[in-house]
Amino acid sequence: MNFVLKKLGTLLLTLLILSFVAYAAFEMVGDPVNLILGTNASPEDVQALRESLGLDKPLLVRYLRWLTGFISGDLGDSYIYRIPVSGMIGEKLGVTVVLTLMGFALTLLFSIPLGVYGARREGSWADRLLTVTNQIVMAVPAFFVAILLMVLFGVVLRLFTPGSFVPFEDSPGAFLLYMIFPALSIAIPRTAMTAKMLRSSILGEMQQDYVRTAYSRGHNRQSALKAHAFKNALLPIISFLASTMAEMLAGCIVIEQIFSIPGIGRLLMVSISNRDIPVVEAIVMILAVWVMLVHFLGEVVGEMLDPRRRA
Amino acid sequence: MKKRIPALLLAALMLLTLTACGGNKPKTPTAADKRKEANEIYVGIAQDLSSSLGPYQLATAGTREVMFNVFEGLYKVDPTGDFKPALATDYTVSDDGLTYTFTLREGVKFHNGAVMTAQDVIYSYQTCASSSVDSSIKKILENVTDLKEDNGKVVMTLAQPNSDFLAYVGSVYISPAAYTDQDTQPVGTGPFRFVSRTVQDSVVIARFDDYWGEKAKLNQITFKIFENATALVTALDAGSVDLVAHLSISQVNNLSKDYQVLEGSMNLVQALYLNHEYKPLDDIRVRRALCYAVNVDDMLKLTAEGHGHKLGSSIYPSFKKYFDESLIDAYPYDAAKAKDLLAQAGDPDGFDLVITVPGNYTPHVDTAMVLAEQLKAVGINATVQEVEWNTWLTDVYQGHKFQATVCGFDASTLTANALLGRYESTSAKNMCSYKSTQFDAFLQEAAATTDDARRTELYKAAAKCLSDDAANVYLQDLAEFVAIRSTLKGYEFYPLYVMDLSKVTY
Repeated sequence: MNFVLKKLGTLLLTLLILSFVAYAAFEMVGDPVNLILGTNASPEDVQALRESLGLDKPLLVRYLRWLTGFISGDLGDSYIYRIPVSGMIGEKLGVTVVLTLMGFALTLLFSIPLGVYGARREGSWADRLLTVTNQIVMAVPAFFVAILLMVLFGVVLRLFTPGSFVPFEDSPGAFLLYMIFPALSIAIPRTAMTAKMLRSSILGEMQQDYVRTAYSRGHNRQSALKAHAFKNALLPIISFLASTMAEMLAGCIVIEQIFSIPGIGRLLMVSISNRDIPVVEAIVMILAVWVMLVHFLGEVVGEMLDPRRRA
Repeated sequence: MKKRIPALLLAALMLLTLTACGGNKPKTPTAADKRKEANEIYVGIAQDLSSSLGPYQLATAGTREVMFNVFEGLYKVDPTGDFKPALATDYTVSDDGLTYTFTLREGVKFHNGAVMTAQDVIYSYQTCASSSVDSSIKKILENVTDLKEDNGKVVMTLAQPNSDFLAYVGSVYISPAAYTDQDTQPVGTGPFRFVSRTVQDSVVIARFDDYWGEKAKLNQITFKIFENATALVTALDAGSVDLVAHLSISQVNNLSKDYQVLEGSMNLVQALYLNHEYKPLDDIRVRRALCYAVNVDDMLKLTAEGHGHKLGSSIYPSFKKYFDESLIDAYPYDAAKAKDLLAQAGDPDGFDLVITVPGNYTPHVDTAMVLAEQLKAVGINATVQEVEWNTWLTDVYQGHKFQATVCGFDASTLTANALLGRYESTSAKNMCSYKSTQFDAFLQEAAATTDDARRTELYKAAAKCLSDDAANVYLQDLAEFVAIRSTLKGYEFYPLYVMDLSKVTY
């Protein structure tokens, strides 16, 4: 309980600091008034709009106003579109969460069998091929994988149409088909890393005394791996997966640009260049909560698996 | 045996990929076929529309070009640049040039079903005068002292004659009186009606079946927003859009044969704009040296394979009435002369010059890169600094915190004043801080003259003034490429930054 409270306290403090830093950062790059009014507006119009958006007030006043709104559950209105931020984010958050979860599921689906296979057949040519492939794939950034997948499956094979995202409500099947490729592009580099880590973690465990004991009890390599080493080897992987989960959401920001997916990543990029501070703040808060949450979950799962850490 | 399994799998995978690559095109109808069947098209656009879609709040050129299909004024520009009767069937002007009487077209319906009346027109002019984001239109409408209905006609009285008035009339869109949802649910009289907007994703318009004139051919048009140039090009490659305008030569060079490419011009005045407050650019000899140092032909070859129209002053060629061809070669490329002028001005070793460019406009960035090299050749230490669009707007355009910049100015109305007005020494838009009493005098006299020939003469003289004073290094009107699906036809270029889709058809 104490542990949860402490975590919650850290989360709140982080959010507070982060939100202020994001707010203050925009102070340096200016407001969206010129962007809204274009190049033909008169200086009086510019000033009038600045006043009507409250942008003529000092930074602290604006920040505190935003903060009180945020605490009472009001995310404010977008400067650019004059509609509630919650509405703008709500519809897009779902898309990004689905993309992240699909990416994560694919990572698990591929990396665990590959890692175990590599460890079981350590030194075989299949293992060596896997190691080399892993090494190469790890070196390729996700956005490049995304472009390759798009060209191969979208332009050459025409399995999907790049740039024409289909909302889930329109056709769940087409939605999933479209999302599988961006999900793959965030999953592939992460799969390589996870598989590599799992393989070396299992091999490390196989050197442990308890595995030798297991051999003496009549286990062979396969069954000792399965019954004893695997579970212990997972422990370091769990925290790695937690950071994978966090990083995937961040990775979505780039991937969404490439595949033109209307998620919060794309919204964030556009809102930053639009100086749409209320939207940026809200997304930054969501990302921060997400990162803290998955790390917290990682720790909880780790504790469940490891009796020693259950103090 | 077991070891062979991965090898077999690999071989199978390779075979699968190969057959898929070499196989025949699938017979199932593609998304593009389906769009053709439904008589609709997808148009790719590079940025979202401005926050409000209301007729007097169209802040960006990208918004104006889309909403041109939805809104109309009493008169409407045609592809040749003439103003044709639209919601008015005809107009008369009094001999002193002060009173305009417009006869309204009968039975014109708004998209919401209401019939247009003189009251709607009066409401529209009043609302535009008080709330337009375009300060030049506001200024013209301030000049309208009286606005009244007379037997179903609309009579406008001006304080001063203005023979460009009709061009502004073309920009004052008519809205139903007291309709308050224009920002989000715009209602006009145009050939297309607004259907829906998904922020940062798309805008949908559909044919208006009760349109007064020749009805649009297509049933529906979806403008898809691609904020990222790579995504836009991929969408073209994959065939998920049917029409994209404002493409560069490199973007259209690799298009598949599903598209035809039309070439027009962007109707922009691209120049190396100079800040006359920055020493030594206040010296006319230095500015002239810059003009001589720049080789526009080479720049066009390097950035656009030679496409583009050279300018010479702040008027673009499709604006035939005012364009003066003789100014193009006012400063032919001459590096020796440039060095000479620099020496005369007391800068024989050149000076530092930072060219600030909005990084999101690739053509301007490319141009700036080439110019920087050309200027280096005469000893000017030119560097290119890319900034974000908003930073450019705030610092360069509004704040005048720059030395030089490459950008393009368009004309929001088809008037000489839209292109030349920004150089008046009192103008809030005078980014370059250009000051010339002669230029001001030309513009003031032109504004007060009713005689069209005399006005044209005065505007041409003003444009020559900019060239003589080497106000800026005027470069080009950029070539504009439109990629359009080969099965489509009827796309027309305008001398304004608009996209008329009413005549496009399969």
